[in-house]
Amino acid sequence: MTMLHTVNKSPFERRTLDSCLGHALKGSAILLLEDGIYAALEGTVVTDKIKDATREHPIYVLGPDVRARGMSEEQVIEGVSVVGYDGFVDLVAAHDNIQSWL
Amino acid sequence: MSTPMPSEPWEQQEKAPAVKKFMYVNRRAPYGTIYALESLEVVLIAAAFEQDVSLVFIDDGVYQLKKGQDTGEIGMKNFSPTFRALEGYDVEKLYVEKESLWTRGLTEDDLVVPVQVVAREELREFMDQQEVILSF
Amino acid sequence: MKLGILVNEGPYQHQASDTAYQFTKAALEKGHEIFRIFFYNDGVNNGSGLGVPPQDDRNVTKLWSDLAEKHDLDLVVCIAAAQRRGILDEREAKRHGKNSSNLAPGFRISGLGQLIEAGIQADRLVVFGD
Repeated sequence: MTMLHTVNKSPFERRTLDSCLGHALKGSAILLLEDGIYAALEGTVVTDKIKDATREHPIYVLGPDVRARGMSEEQVIEGVSVVGYDGFVDLVAAHDNIQSWL
Repeated sequence: MSTPMPSEPWEQQEKAPAVKKFMYVNRRAPYGTIYALESLEVVLIAAAFEQDVSLVFIDDGVYQLKKGQDTGEIGMKNFSPTFRALEGYDVEKLYVEKESLWTRGLTEDDLVVPVQVVAREELREFMDQQEVILSF
Repeated sequence: MKLGILVNEGPYQHQASDTAYQFTKAALEKGHEIFRIFFYNDGVNNGSGLGVPPQDDRNVTKLWSDLAEKHDLDLVVCIAAAQRRGILDEREAKRHGKNSSNLAPGFRISGLGQLIEAGIQADRLVVFGD
């Protein structure tokens, strides 16, 4: 089974991202949304963590949440794919199960 | 929306009721928020549906199972005895993550109910197999 | 694909309900079926018809009510969580001797079994929370 994990909290506020990465099997997908998008940006202390993670997981970030917070797609880490809500729906359909890390 | 035709008794017998692997993920401490209590309430109601239910306690969720909760002075109901009642509901698969216990200086002896302590490595494989994952 | 949606937070306090709404809309646009949207924890507050949010911002409850009407969606508010938080339909209000009810149009109050049923019947259950 391939799981889709979602993380909706900032890595600087909560340990949700770490918990997710600690439990996500290699090959499972991770979607960063809501305040979770901050983990997808270049130039932070977690950037390298995410870059490493992209070697084991397809990682996505929800574009509308990026733009809402005044960030741009250009700031998103290379290797992290930007998707819209339609892409979010496609990810749900494409994976056997979903775990929302709250 | 059209109403499906009611099936004949023999058709009902051939259609096996769906049994899915339900996993309740508990990651929050008790009392600071309501998630621990209301998650447990779902488990109790869900018991009637005879699904393949597991409860997983990781991160601060392990605190939900701590023995000796005395809530008198905070004026809230102590719901930890409910974990002992789960067996009576045929909910017996309680998995507590080893690393989450260790990080918090807890051992299995600190817990209010018998559980299976599982290493993260094994737990992540188990989680991947679950079909319906409920987090609160 | 048949989708079940679980919303665990109330309107405005968290983005959960908004995200769930946008997700649901996108799923419908793609032709997926929404089996049920279940509101639990503070999510039941999405079902209050008494909200008067500022005119220049979205009305989360109304967004859900309107979407439900347009697409014949099943919006279910958990009875136990609703009782705790003071979300009552007429029947519940009468039953508990309250002099008013506040459930918004398009929502119905029912038990947690409806959530489990959604988990069983839907192909995917997506959780939106804090």
